[in-house]
Amino acid sequence: MAVASPETAIRTSRITRAFIYLFLLLFALFYLLPFGIMLINSVKPLSEITGGNMIALPRDWTIQPWLSAWSTAQIGVEPTGLRPYFINSLMMAIPAVILSTVVGALNGYVLTKWRFRGDTIIFGLLLFSCFIPFQIVLIPMARILGILQIAGTTPGLILVHFVYGIGFTTLYFRNYYAAFPTELVRAAQIDGAGFFQIFWRIMLPSSGPIIAVSFIWQFTNIWNDFLFGASFASGDAAPMTVALNNLVNSSTGVREYNVHFAGAIMAAAPTLLVYIVAGRYFVRGLMAGSVKG
Amino acid sequence: MGFLDIDNVTKSYGAVEVLHRVDIDVQEGEFLVLVGPSGCGKSTLLNMIAGLEGITSGEIRIKDRVMNGVHPSKRNIAMVFQSYALYPNMTVGKNITFGLEMHGTPAPEREKAMKEVAQLLQIEHLLDRKPGQLSGGQRQRVAMGRALVRNPDVFLFDEPLSNLDAKLRVDMRTEIKKLHQRLGTTIVYVTHDQIEAMTLSTRIAVMYDGYVQQLGTPKEIYDSPANLFVATFMGSPAMNVLPAKLAERNGALHAVLTGADGQERALRIENAPAAYAAYKDAPVMLGIRPEAITDPEGADRNARNIQMLTNRVTVTEPAGADTFVTMTLSGKDCIARMRADADVHPGHDFEFAINMDKAVLFDPKTEDRIA
Repeated sequence: MAVASPETAIRTSRITRAFIYLFLLLFALFYLLPFGIMLINSVKPLSEITGGNMIALPRDWTIQPWLSAWSTAQIGVEPTGLRPYFINSLMMAIPAVILSTVVGALNGYVLTKWRFRGDTIIFGLLLFSCFIPFQIVLIPMARILGILQIAGTTPGLILVHFVYGIGFTTLYFRNYYAAFPTELVRAAQIDGAGFFQIFWRIMLPSSGPIIAVSFIWQFTNIWNDFLFGASFASGDAAPMTVALNNLVNSSTGVREYNVHFAGAIMAAAPTLLVYIVAGRYFVRGLMAGSVKG
Repeated sequence: MGFLDIDNVTKSYGAVEVLHRVDIDVQEGEFLVLVGPSGCGKSTLLNMIAGLEGITSGEIRIKDRVMNGVHPSKRNIAMVFQSYALYPNMTVGKNITFGLEMHGTPAPEREKAMKEVAQLLQIEHLLDRKPGQLSGGQRQRVAMGRALVRNPDVFLFDEPLSNLDAKLRVDMRTEIKKLHQRLGTTIVYVTHDQIEAMTLSTRIAVMYDGYVQQLGTPKEIYDSPANLFVATFMGSPAMNVLPAKLAERNGALHAVLTGADGQERALRIENAPAAYAAYKDAPVMLGIRPEAITDPEGADRNARNIQMLTNRVTVTEPAGADTFVTMTLSGKDCIARMRADADVHPGHDFEFAINMDKAVLFDPKTEDRIA
């Protein structure tokens, strides 16, 4: 009996739509809740938190916990705040991201456009490195850093993350370049461009989306890494994650939860920012390797 | 000694030989087309001339300089690819001058050369655009511009028209021919389209299965195909190939066929080559092009030997300019190309006029032309 007139079609679609948005909104709130609580509590005086009301909005707004976490909180021996460690993390993450992305791009270029006997085996071995658990490499890595005399320093951490990242970046770039027309490389060869000229002038300028993917992936992993940071860089060279742990776990004095919350947000901010700025390339780049056109 | 010598060249991948002893001399200013179905080795041969693939044995020489092992950029060749292979991140102007830049030509000279080429190809207004903003025909022009600007000894074209739609393909075909006539450059052109091969070339190499089946002018290839493969590959619709028997009647050789009614039809052969004698009373394959079978009024007036043949018409296909008429001869479909207004009706008997000057005979075993 039910005749689907255009009006009923629109009405049902409106109702469905409303439900869809309602659910999306609920899930978004659910996922944002922890972050919201961190944010609320980071701008409260400590007394309000210890008073037992974590969810309520602050009565006295204050940015004191942020200032304290950034520049005066006790982390190491000196009350330096998180700032030097934040800088440590930047000094570690940026070179490691750039190096592993460039080497991954070169690997992908060679593995797709300059094929040689056994190239798939080499690619397979590189892929293998993506699946080795971090813990396994701790001791060999410590030995190598010791031999190179960069144990416990930021350059040491850069090396660790750079080497560990090559597997992933190679995978990304290889798949991306596999769909890149080989005729372009041949045309450039006939035009007289050499190995690196083709790479810099032809391949890299066309690699925007996959560079964004590699950058986001590497930056997030390296910035958030705790194990390597805790194992290979102690004291003044510690990265942000280790410093945050030290801040939260310091056993002296009162536990300043508001300062801890502020510090945790600081530690999470750069990866969030990178994702917001470059995120739209992320999905596009992930798709580019698998689906042609 | 040619301008471009392909001298006993073979190509193997491991134990598999994909090109067998190819031997072609290309003269300066010649337009050589390599034509054949996919997998015949034509693109491999072109890539070997370009230096993108190694040469297993034999020699390729350009202007008497041996090219084996010479880097593609040092052979003074230019190539137009099937996909055009324009650098997507560079403007049209940059695309055209990239090769010059890589060869160290100073900027003012590059600019001048680019202007000349752009004017020749009428793409001056496109110089600042990216390839992604161009239509197929425009990309094609830019790809040719990139090849022309280097002023190479030899141009290599790898199926350059196959990505264009039918109308544009015909336009660009004419364009390429004009360009060749104007510049007199030496061109090696790969295609699987036999019409492109016929229209563009000064000489054609028909390739199949890694062998050059026949090398000759378009007329030689079309009128005197070396074997059954060349005969059926070149020409559209394909040449009719009919099982027949050679018999001597009234002192002249006849090709004897079977009509749709099961009765014999004999076609007299005049000026038979001496080689035909060996096939007397033996089976042969009679090859005859569709346009050599017409209605009596439409027959070629300059033909010396027109044979009449009455047979049942199976199908007629009016195609505008021509009408294609199908009949059954010796158990095979035989297509005739007639005037559009020829009075032919399916299911009726019709008197066909066959121009036996154009008929060729093939050995059924070796498939080579008997001559």
